[in-house]
Amino acid sequence: MKLSRLTVLVMILSLLAAGIAFAGKDLDAVQKKGFIQAGVNGGVFGFGMPDEKGVWKGLDVDTARAIAVAIFGDASKVKFTPLTAQQRFTALQSGEIDVLTRNATRTLSRDTQLGLNFVTVNYYDGQGFLVPNKLGIKSAKELGGATVCVLPGTTTEQNAADFFRSNNLDWKPVVIESTTELAKTFFAGRCDVLTSDASQLAGTRAVAPNPKDYSILPEIISKEPLAPAVRHGDDQFRDIVDFAVLAMINAEEMGITSKNVDEKLKSTDPMVQRFLGVVAGNGAALGLDEKWAYNIIKQVGNYGEVFERNVGVNTTLGIERGLNALWTNGGLMYSPPFK
Amino acid sequence: MEKKPSIAADTELRPSAAPFFRDPAKRAIIFQVVALLLVALVSYYLYANTQANLERQSIATGFGFLDKEASFEIGESVIEYSAADSYAKALLAGALNTIKVSFVGVVLTLFLGTFVGIARLSSNWLVAKLAAGYIEVMQNIPVLLQLFFWYAIFYESFPSPRQALNPVGGVFLCNRGLIFGVPEAHAAHGMMLWAFVAALAIGWGLHRWGASRQARTGQIFPAAWVTLGFCIMLPLLVWVFAGAPTAMDIPELRGFNFVGGVTVSPEFSALLLGLVFYTAAFVAEIVRAGIQSVGRGQVEAAMAVGLRPGQVLHLVILPQALRVIIPPLTSQMLNLTKNSSLAIAIGYADFVAVTNTTINQTGQAIEGVALIMIVYLFFSLSTSLFMNVYNKKTAMVER
Repeated sequence: MKLSRLTVLVMILSLLAAGIAFAGKDLDAVQKKGFIQAGVNGGVFGFGMPDEKGVWKGLDVDTARAIAVAIFGDASKVKFTPLTAQQRFTALQSGEIDVLTRNATRTLSRDTQLGLNFVTVNYYDGQGFLVPNKLGIKSAKELGGATVCVLPGTTTEQNAADFFRSNNLDWKPVVIESTTELAKTFFAGRCDVLTSDASQLAGTRAVAPNPKDYSILPEIISKEPLAPAVRHGDDQFRDIVDFAVLAMINAEEMGITSKNVDEKLKSTDPMVQRFLGVVAGNGAALGLDEKWAYNIIKQVGNYGEVFERNVGVNTTLGIERGLNALWTNGGLMYSPPFK
Repeated sequence: MEKKPSIAADTELRPSAAPFFRDPAKRAIIFQVVALLLVALVSYYLYANTQANLERQSIATGFGFLDKEASFEIGESVIEYSAADSYAKALLAGALNTIKVSFVGVVLTLFLGTFVGIARLSSNWLVAKLAAGYIEVMQNIPVLLQLFFWYAIFYESFPSPRQALNPVGGVFLCNRGLIFGVPEAHAAHGMMLWAFVAALAIGWGLHRWGASRQARTGQIFPAAWVTLGFCIMLPLLVWVFAGAPTAMDIPELRGFNFVGGVTVSPEFSALLLGLVFYTAAFVAEIVRAGIQSVGRGQVEAAMAVGLRPGQVLHLVILPQALRVIIPPLTSQMLNLTKNSSLAIAIGYADFVAVTNTTINQTGQAIEGVALIMIVYLFFSLSTSLFMNVYNKKTAMVER
């Protein structure tokens, strides 16, 4: 009798212990798999696209790598699923991917009704207009009566409708599903103007027959905070994804780059010591290795490095930092303290 | 030993006392009930499972979104639609666009397909080979490629609105589509339409009367020509009596685009051309098969009694060919309607395109896809119903 009671007690205790060791469902699944499955854009240069050797490149791709480094300490422990704008949320909801880093705009309805959690913004974008110079247009307010090429499956259609409605302008949308087909149609003159996120307009202009014939109008008609997203239901995993992005921003704030990170290990600054895991604490709080932030900076780089490498002024896209500069330089990139 | 006869008597009294599962009629009913129950169970499981999963992931469900403001614009619409209208109205506009392209497409396909099918059987070598070549080429190129081809012709080869081609006064052709002037709205137009309907009714009456007179006296009455005359003259008379309004709504270039008149967009035209040319090839083969199914002897007999070639076709071949033609023709009509959902590839705002945008903005994919299925099922079933009724009318009474 006593023995059986003891057995029951042991069983309950072991169950409890298992419960404590058991991480959230998503993190647990990722750790069991041994890699993270990230949903990315398959064809937007600078954000998510495989290069001619089949290696994935882009700002969003590097963000996904940073998350893999945080969990596994290895930037190669990530697999990419290219997704269209229409598939992306369903893929995340259904568990086909673990994290979505595919220039998705955070909105209230997506954060709630779609059952998603967006984390820190990794690119502040906004919708703009690309026009041929020969039309002689200087402002989007002159677009009354225009035919506008629009890509479906984003907030783009709604933003354009809102802009023209609030300015009492007539317009006609031409909505085509494929990015390349849409660009071809626009360059052939079917539409007067192409509207999309400014970052994508820069990418589209780069592939124009003659990029100098097109300009982006000064008006930015929407706020597009592009952020990685995870499913509801695993707060620990959400925190890890969030702080993986923040670590890159924080590193830039502290002046830590992939080149000098080893030197910075010797720094006497307590903030740097905490950040790089020289003084333990942050890793344990997230349920990660203490070297997680060090590994991200070492293997992927800080936010500034990632930005300049993928979309910065020295790339074909040639995008200025603008809103994506650090807050100390007049931008919006700002990290909470790592302590 | 004594009881045996009594058992035998019992069996004789109740000859149908076999267990119910040996009775084929009852067994059939049981199997049907079981199958129905299984289907119901599986459906319920799928429904409950989906519902539970959606709830677990806190994804909104239900059709409540239909009343919300759509806040996106649609390129072209049969009804008045603006971004301030509801999702329900946006979906309706999309469905009407699908009906528009399918209806016009089916009518044109029937004409072109019949024409090519008859041409294929022509005794003229060149005509027959051209028709055969058309059928082979069109049948063997995927319809999506054909759509891209037609669309590219519109946006690549036509000039911009400022250099629009102007073949006839009031008609412009450019990469924004075909724009032409129409008579300005006038009260007379409604009355002219009624006059046209009245002319058709008169024509039907004349046809009945002519047929019965021909049966009685053998005299032929040219009902078709007289009806045509009525159809033109009656609306014309109404127009003259209404004061002969001649004001036209002529399109003019203002800013970016033409204002006024009626615009046939490149997207609509490309989709229509692609679907019509593709489906007509299949219809042509069906028509040819139907005509060839009528025995050669019948044609010769008809000619021998002195019928003209038109009468041979109209009175002898077609009534018999139609019963072969109509069932496969129905399925081609359905194909055309379903293929119209490729519109999204070239930017025509059909039902699928509008639903896709709706799904994107609301995130309610299951509801959206369910709507697509219901609407296409409705289109298909109503087309089938109509064609089956027509088929019953034309089918030959078996002797």
